Amino acid sequence: MNAPVKFETTLKDWETDQEVRWCPGCGDYAILKAVQRTMPMIGADPAKTVFISGIGCSSRFPYYMETYGFHTIHGRAPAFATGAKLANPELDVWLVTGDGDGLSIGGNHMLHVLRRNVNMQIMLFNNEIYGLTKGQYSPTSRVGTKSPSTPIGSVDRPASPAAFALGAGARFVGRGFDVSKHLPEVLIAAHAHQGAAFVEIFQNCIVYNKDVFEDFAAPKGAEDRQLWLKHGEPMLFANGTKGIGLDRERLCLTVVDVIDGDWQAAGVLVHDVANRAVAHMLVEMPFGPFPMALGVLYDDPRPTYESAVAEEKGKASEGKDTSLARLFAKGQTWTVEAAGHPA
Amino acid sequence: MATTAADRPQQHAEAPDSVVVRFAGDSGDGMQLTGGQFTLSTALAGNDLATFPDFPAEIRAPQGTLFGVSAFQINFGSREINTAGDAPDVLVAMNPAALKVNLAALKPGGLIIADTGEFTRRNLEKARYEASPLDDGSLAKWQVLAFDISAQTIEAVKPFGLGNKDALRCKNMWTLGLALWMFDRPREPLHEWLRAKFRTKPELADANIAALDAGHAYGETAELSGPLRKLHIDPVESAPGLYRTITGAEAVSLGLVAGAQLADLPMFFGGYPITPASSILHHLARLKEFGVTTFQAEDEIAAICAAIGASWAGQLGVTSSSGPGIALKTEAMGLAIMTELPLVIVNSQRGGPSTGLPTKTEQSDLYQAVYGRNGDAPLPVIAARSPGDAFECAIEACRIAVQYMTPVMLLTDGYIANAAEPWKVPDPAGFEPFPVSFLKEANGPDGALLPYKRDANGARPWIRPGTPGLMHRIGGIEKAQDTGHIDYSPDNHQAMTDARLNKVLGVAVPDQDVCLGETTGRLAVVGWGSTYGPIHQAVRRTRASGHSVSHIHVRHIWPLPANLGDLLRGFDKVLVPEMNTGQFKTLLRDQYLVDAQPLTKTSGQPFQIAELEAAIATYFDGIAGDAGGETVEPNDQQLPNPVGVEQ
Repeated sequence: MNAPVKFETTLKDWETDQEVRWCPGCGDYAILKAVQRTMPMIGADPAKTVFISGIGCSSRFPYYMETYGFHTIHGRAPAFATGAKLANPELDVWLVTGDGDGLSIGGNHMLHVLRRNVNMQIMLFNNEIYGLTKGQYSPTSRVGTKSPSTPIGSVDRPASPAAFALGAGARFVGRGFDVSKHLPEVLIAAHAHQGAAFVEIFQNCIVYNKDVFEDFAAPKGAEDRQLWLKHGEPMLFANGTKGIGLDRERLCLTVVDVIDGDWQAAGVLVHDVANRAVAHMLVEMPFGPFPMALGVLYDDPRPTYESAVAEEKGKASEGKDTSLARLFAKGQTWTVEAAGHPA
Repeated sequence: MATTAADRPQQHAEAPDSVVVRFAGDSGDGMQLTGGQFTLSTALAGNDLATFPDFPAEIRAPQGTLFGVSAFQINFGSREINTAGDAPDVLVAMNPAALKVNLAALKPGGLIIADTGEFTRRNLEKARYEASPLDDGSLAKWQVLAFDISAQTIEAVKPFGLGNKDALRCKNMWTLGLALWMFDRPREPLHEWLRAKFRTKPELADANIAALDAGHAYGETAELSGPLRKLHIDPVESAPGLYRTITGAEAVSLGLVAGAQLADLPMFFGGYPITPASSILHHLARLKEFGVTTFQAEDEIAAICAAIGASWAGQLGVTSSSGPGIALKTEAMGLAIMTELPLVIVNSQRGGPSTGLPTKTEQSDLYQAVYGRNGDAPLPVIAARSPGDAFECAIEACRIAVQYMTPVMLLTDGYIANAAEPWKVPDPAGFEPFPVSFLKEANGPDGALLPYKRDANGARPWIRPGTPGLMHRIGGIEKAQDTGHIDYSPDNHQAMTDARLNKVLGVAVPDQDVCLGETTGRLAVVGWGSTYGPIHQAVRRTRASGHSVSHIHVRHIWPLPANLGDLLRGFDKVLVPEMNTGQFKTLLRDQYLVDAQPLTKTSGQPFQIAELEAAIATYFDGIAGDAGGETVEPNDQQLPNPVGVEQ
């Protein structure tokens, strides 16, 4: 856990006096509530919790959390968060970003915060659109997305946030969606992970990209279209009648039928959050032929960046003289005596 | 040995009070190393000095080419030295290209030392020489000492069994040995340095020491027959104390460390490699025990953003770059201005625009520093005039940043960053501390927290995340006065724009002094930054012929010293020499409606004293100086250079 001492709070303690300014029906409201519900569950201390965001609809998030918050500039939140975490490793850092902020203008910083493994939770709200600038297509928009800037439809292929994160070296990749009741579980796991924990949250932009995730997020038929992954449990969906198996010839995932609940006979994989090879397949698993992989897809911690920095700093400082006078006089020196000439 | 000027009067018949030496060779010849070590030995000999390393942007330019020439110039003397010298007295040319590129600068009658071993047909062709200048009489107005340094070096290191290539790499030490002999310097410090440098490869240490000694011994022999003369430059008279040499990059680094300690804060330095600013990152990366965290970010933007994040979290955030990188940091500077967080931004300026001249010096980022952000985004700007001055400026930048909760830009340039000068080691006890206090409890009525409530400086409180009960949100959207909540209302934006502006204009800046000359008169020569040395000497010379000219050198570029306008109005004319197309001139005209005249240079090279002197002289055409040019009383107490009092 990030906070060694459990702090007693209620959901109300995490609400601010600021009027929430998202569009009515925006998925962000549900995410905000999920996060505010999560905070008491993890025993977080509001004074030590910080929310750092970039620019966009998602990035208004910090204003609505009764914690320390920094609404920074477009795409750069990971860099601010890295500086803050290095300056004070005791801070429990939450980063809020979107598909445009985190993968377009800020794609470079996202890459580096993940590979460095700075201990923080990164929530990327993916609504596949630029909401705050009124509906242009985003780097995660599907081919053919019609928008003010792509009136005939977008032609470029979308980025996959979870695949990007894993490729960048993330040691934790989770997925959820705005109105899912399981979202807090994913956030709790992300928080428990020591290191950069990347959580892609599908979020419904009610104005510019309405119901774009409805095909898997809708409650009706959800059991057929959502695969909630749990460590140590078989990858089953459709009420246990289907599962995810491995095509050992082609080295790819495949959907298998489970007869009479005998998933072992059907060759259904057991989810191991530390299996990076399978994680790569899960983040790439296309929705349609497969269900949407949700929950904790990957979780295998490595030493954090800030701990490595602190350790190196400690070693480098060991037994070192910290007198400014000696620092200034380093190297070869000479003394001029009162007479005005070198001695 | 070929000499062409045997019949000329001997140079250095008596010891001059200063000498300029330029070492020039291929960028792989180790000229910067040679120059750096010669500088150290010069400093240890008690001379005042100034250096000018001038090297190509390419790491290893093709051998023997004109664009691959790397040079290191040093001016040293028994009097106060302010510049690296207009024209060398001695040019060491390690190959034809080095000779060709540097010859024009050499003083008539000056001494050329050339390595004939490198004057091969192929190298002559690469330098676009049709015939060897050593043989065709084209060097007649100089003295030439040409001999095979390459062969001498190979001979000297023979006992150590080095391959030909490794043996030739000792050439620079051979040359340094000769230079040490010429200026009567001990070899022992160099022996020590070489042994330390090649601790793990003693055979290389021995070979280099042998080359150095051989060069030194060669001087003794050559003295008998050629133009070479041993020359002893007396030590300069200096204020008593402990001295060392320092480059601008070192001085900035030490000043930042001192500034953070005086503020009682750990320092967070975010940087990204860029010439000529990287050396600050390199220096600070070795000072972790002083509470310094260095972070090599993924880009310039991340470097400043991480520094702002660290400032927000309660450390002193610092970032450093050169013009192109500063441009990338611009948006983040605006956020630091809006959120009113302390931050120090160091800009080691180089020739621009765009990639421009990465390794050459210029002062063309003044507009960028003062004006170059979106919105009304004021921040204080300070400019260092010399390597040693950069130390004090860095402390000053830290002080302003934390006392006014604002980003501060410190301008140096490629010349200051790389140049070295003697530095009187300061006593840390002599600095006035400015410890920071963070807000610990709510500061408003009825326990309300007011993150944007201002103090007498116009500064808001610094509130560290982690402090119980003071949770609040900040960001780049316009803030309401006092509460800091989002507020787009017209009156509030007007009030906050005014508050940000007035805070910066209210920064306490010392009154401007006149560093040489009277406070009124016919001509004020107004400079800023690294032009200090040449302006100072040019003004001194003009005053020596009795003219009414003063030198004013401005450290505080923004806000300007309160008395500067009145000071300038006390002169009939104002001349502003700067290494750009007239940026400070425009600022002065705008602020004071004075008829400031530009004197500009954008060649990537510092001003020479002579060209400034000539420009100043045009203001006195037809005006006789006070009869006989009475002795000028220089106002040396205000000089930043602690070494030297004019004789």
